[in-house]
Amino acid sequence: MSIADDSAAVHTLQNARALKSEERRERFTLFGLSMPALLAILIVVFLPIFWLSSLSFYNAAGALSMENYARIFESALYRRTFVVTFQISIAVTVICVLLGYPLCYWLTKLPDRTAAILMVFVLVPFWTSVLVRTYAWLVLLQRNGIINSSLIWLGVIEEPLQLAHNLTGSIIGMVHIMLPFLILPLYAIMRGIDTDLVRAAVGLGSSPRKAFWHVFFPMSLPGLFAGIVLVFILSLGFYVTPALLGGGRVQMLAQRIESTITVYSNWGAASALGVVLLLLALVMIWLMNRVFGLDKLFMR
Amino acid sequence: MEQVGQRKIDGMWLTVVGIAVLFFLILPTLIVIPMSFSGASYLEFPPTSFSFRWYAAYFGSSEWMSATQTSLIAAVMTSAIATPLGALCAYGLHCSTPRFRNSAQALVIMPIVVPVILIAVGVFSLYAKLGLNYTLTGIIIAHTALALPFVIVTVMSGLQNYDFDQELAARSLGASRALALWTITVPQVKFSIQTGAFLAFITSLDEVVISMLVSGGDNATITRRMFNSLRDQLDPTIAAISTCLIVVSVSALIGVQLIGYRKNVEK
Repeated sequence: MSIADDSAAVHTLQNARALKSEERRERFTLFGLSMPALLAILIVVFLPIFWLSSLSFYNAAGALSMENYARIFESALYRRTFVVTFQISIAVTVICVLLGYPLCYWLTKLPDRTAAILMVFVLVPFWTSVLVRTYAWLVLLQRNGIINSSLIWLGVIEEPLQLAHNLTGSIIGMVHIMLPFLILPLYAIMRGIDTDLVRAAVGLGSSPRKAFWHVFFPMSLPGLFAGIVLVFILSLGFYVTPALLGGGRVQMLAQRIESTITVYSNWGAASALGVVLLLLALVMIWLMNRVFGLDKLFMR
Repeated sequence: MEQVGQRKIDGMWLTVVGIAVLFFLILPTLIVIPMSFSGASYLEFPPTSFSFRWYAAYFGSSEWMSATQTSLIAAVMTSAIATPLGALCAYGLHCSTPRFRNSAQALVIMPIVVPVILIAVGVFSLYAKLGLNYTLTGIIIAHTALALPFVIVTVMSGLQNYDFDQELAARSLGASRALALWTITVPQVKFSIQTGAFLAFITSLDEVVISMLVSGGDNATITRRMFNSLRDQLDPTIAAISTCLIVVSVSALIGVQLIGYRKNVEK
C-alpha cells in the first residue's frame, strides 16, 4: 500500500509541476499577444517624448544646465504664453460646464428613446473632423459672415464685430470642439443616477431645487469632474483651432512649441515647454484617476 | 401652486437651454454642406446660387486628389494594422494578471491624453533620424500607434461583457486555445472589433497635428493640405472636401450603429 501511496504523491507532485509550467507558458503566450501593440505605443509615443524631454536639460553649447527652464520663467514672452493658455483653457472649461451640464440634465429627464436620438446631435460633431468644424467657424465668424450680418439685421450692432482671428474666435471654436468631451462622461454618469432618490427627497418635503442640489448634483460630480479634467487637458495642449481661429494673434502653448521648433529650431527651449505641458497633463490625469478611476474607461 | 409654477418655469428654462446647446453643436458642423454647393466664387452663407463647381475644383485638382489618396491609403492601412494588433492586445490583457493589466492600461491610455503636439514633435525627431519623414510608411506607423488605444479600449470593453466560460468550455472539450479564440470568442466580440476598426480609420483620416509635421511632399495628407490652405485664405473648395469628410465619418458612425442595432435584434 505504501508503494501506491508514494507513487500517488509523486504523481501529484509531477502534475502540480506540469500545471505550473503550463500556466507559466500560457501567461508568457498571453504576454506575447499584448506585446506588439504595447511596444508600438512605447516606441512611437513614449521613447521620442522621453528623448525630447532629455533635450530640455542641455543648453545650446551641449552642456547640462537648467537654462531652458530658467528662460521659461524669465522670458516675458513665455510667461505670457502660459498665462494665455491657462486663461483660454479655464474659460473654455467653464463655458463647457455651463452649456453641457443643463443639456445632460435635460436629456436624463427625457424618455430613453428621445434622449438616444438627441445624442446624435452630440455624436455627429464628435465624429466630425476638428478641421472641418474649425473651417465652419471661420466662415460663420468672418466679418461679413452670417453671425455679423444677422446681428446687424437685428439692430444689435451697427458695425461688424471682429469675431474671428482673435481670442473670441478661438474660445468659441474651442468650446464647440470640447463640449462633447464634457457631455459624454457626464451623461454616462447622470444616466446611472437613480432618479427615485430625488423623488423621495421631494416626497419627504424637500423643494425640487433643494432636492437637485442636495441629492442629484453631488451624485453627478464624478462625471462632471471627469469631463472637466478631459476638457482642461485637451485645451492646454490644443493646436489646430487656436492656430486657425486665433489668426496668429493668440499664441497658446502648443503653437509656441511648434513655432519654437519649425521657425527657430530651438529644440532645448521647445522641449522645456513640452516637459512643463506634459507634467501639467500628467498631474491632471493622476487627479482624474484618483477621483474617477481610469479603469472606468475600460469597463463600459 | 407657487411651487408648481416655479417647477414649470425651471422645466421650460431647461428645455430652451438644452435645445439651444444641441443646435450650437450640430449647426456649425453641418453648415459646410449647403456652402459647398454654392455657385458664388467667394464664401457666402446662405448660398444664393447652386452649382457643383467646388466639387469639380476638388476632384479636378491633382494635388487634392493625391492628398486624398495618401490619406485614404494611410487610414485603411492604419485600421488594417491597428485592429488585429489592438484586438490581440486586448485579449492578452483581459486574460493576464490584474497587476500587469493595470500598468498596461495606464500605458495604453497615455496616447489619448498626452497632448498630440508632444507626440508629433517626438515622432518628427525620431523620423528625422530614421529617414521616415514625408513617407507613407512613417504616417501609417504614427497613426497606428495613435489608433491602437481606441481599438484596445473598445475590444476590452467588449470582452468585459462576454462570458469567458464559453471559451473555457470549448477548450475543455478539446479545442486548442487558438481555435477556441478564433471560433468562439472572436465572433462574440465582433461588434467591438468592428467598432475599433472604424475608430482607427477615422482617427487616421482626421488626424492633423502629426500629419502636419511628418507628412509632406508627395505624401502630404489631406488634413495637412487643408490646414495650410486655411491658414492663408478661405477657399470654398475646402467646403466640398469637408462635406466629403463629413459623409465618410457619418457613414462610419451609422455603420457602427447599424451593426450594434442588428446585434441587439439578433439577441
